[in-house]
Amino acid sequence: MPTWIPAFITPQLITSVVVIVLVLHLALGLAAYFILLERKVCAWVQDRIGPNRVGTMGLLQPIADGLKLFFKEDFTPKSVDKGLFMLAPALTVIPAMIGFLVIPWGGYLEIGGTSVAIMGANINIGVIYIVATASLGVYGVALGGWASNNKYSFLGGLRASAQIISYEIPMGLALLCVVLAAGTLLPETIVAQQLDGQWNIVHQPIVAILFYICLLAESNRAPFDLAESEQELVGGWHTEYSSMRWALFFMGEYIHMFVGAAFFTTLFLGGWSLNPITGWDLPASGGILLIALQFGIVLGKVVFLVFLAMMVRWTLPRFRFDQLMRLAWEGMIPTSLLLVLIVSVFVFYGWTSYLWIGSIVAIIIMAIARPLLPTSATNKRIELLGSRFSAPSSRV
Amino acid sequence: MVQRDSHIIDVTPSPMKSSDYFYVPAVLRGLGTTLRHCLGNVGRDGKNKKNIWVVQYPEEKRDDRSVIEGGQERSTFRGVHRLNRDEQGRERCVACFMCSTACPANCITIVAEPAPWDDREKHPLSFEIDELRCIFCGMCEEACPCDAIELTPRYEVVGTSREEMIFNKDKLLEIYDITIEDKPM
Repeated sequence: MPTWIPAFITPQLITSVVVIVLVLHLALGLAAYFILLERKVCAWVQDRIGPNRVGTMGLLQPIADGLKLFFKEDFTPKSVDKGLFMLAPALTVIPAMIGFLVIPWGGYLEIGGTSVAIMGANINIGVIYIVATASLGVYGVALGGWASNNKYSFLGGLRASAQIISYEIPMGLALLCVVLAAGTLLPETIVAQQLDGQWNIVHQPIVAILFYICLLAESNRAPFDLAESEQELVGGWHTEYSSMRWALFFMGEYIHMFVGAAFFTTLFLGGWSLNPITGWDLPASGGILLIALQFGIVLGKVVFLVFLAMMVRWTLPRFRFDQLMRLAWEGMIPTSLLLVLIVSVFVFYGWTSYLWIGSIVAIIIMAIARPLLPTSATNKRIELLGSRFSAPSSRV
Repeated sequence: MVQRDSHIIDVTPSPMKSSDYFYVPAVLRGLGTTLRHCLGNVGRDGKNKKNIWVVQYPEEKRDDRSVIEGGQERSTFRGVHRLNRDEQGRERCVACFMCSTACPANCITIVAEPAPWDDREKHPLSFEIDELRCIFCGMCEEACPCDAIELTPRYEVVGTSREEMIFNKDKLLEIYDITIEDKPM
């Protein structure tokens, strides 16, 4: 390093700034194109064609949508809480955006004799940082619902808060399983361990499934989009928003999905690892081309996970609120507690290479225990006349 | 009312198998179905044979298709109105006000005057249909005693102002001239 450069400007700082700028813009662009992909996937699933008018195969549709949203009137209803009303979209987008900071995007690069990490900040509580920022996103939803001064919006915000509180628990517990097995909170190290050994999804498939479900719930995606639910709450917390503020809510949701998918990739899909089972893998260090390749692999996995989330959205109907709560409190939380227990035992005895046996044990325990548990006996005997079971001729 | 056992139905769901409690296999089966549809359509831009129902509207119209392939059923379609002419090219309407009485949307306005011809008493001086108010129910067609007003299969009724969408007698007779080959009386 030449002497005229101040000491605090290290290669790591420059790399971090480059990565942050790059990934931020990539996320903004991808969020727009995820909306196009969402519409296309929806159309394909339903045997339709989807947007195909603007540009080849509708590829310019996000730009047209963005232009439309910019030129729309930004309407503020009379009786809203103005400060919070303006703050809410920002509070949705900003937590989603700052989550990128600790995702490892592509290993280490040698610059001037020092090795720098291709990530925003290599802080040693990275995993906790992402969980913290991801759950901050609900502030925007709850505040947007409250500030709108509209009972449907408010109901949407309340639902979102209750849902996030419920799904934080299994998410944290699932995370705990991974962290216990890895023995570290550094995302970088978790990826490195998976590069050497197996992907965590091979070790702990049930934890991965639980975590993915929680990610869907955290980013308010169907089938967990109770807060939004167009049919009951006419859009929920963003009913009163228009123009770019509404677009910020939308973008926040998609960036949230993007961060969640990147987090899942880091934790369970081995980052830029290509081989789920041990053996051949990419070299540990190399030039800028290798970094670009690794970045591309991470991005590919992220896009695949987002695509999977879209498929889930167009496959499953939305939960009823009691079903949502039952899934969290009676299904996922006991399961994840059981898994934490099993993983702890395995880690205590040092059987970390055989964690997949723990998943099988968990399935067996659940299959045996579930029928033995008491079930609620609701009265399912209903009056025949006038119900959907009576024949049309018998109706009066 | 006395509740008898025959009035009660038990809708308790059948007991779940152990494997059903995990939900994930069922979700994966559903995902398989949607993925099959999704991947069957990727990149084909509507050329998949399952997509025969999709009509790329301005370039392609339902009129061009047979009914079996999702085309328009022209014989019963209720589109824009027309006023029929008789053999001598005069309007058939006798200004009896049956259609405007039957109209649930009150969109037909008729002003009658004595007919210059011997075979009828009255004929319409003006006959206006507000196509924006019309709900295309076809009751005018059914009420007409001399088959003078009819609905045609034309559905592209456009205009740039409200006044333009009030069709007068000349316009309705003109629609007859355009559509008579399409839909004979």
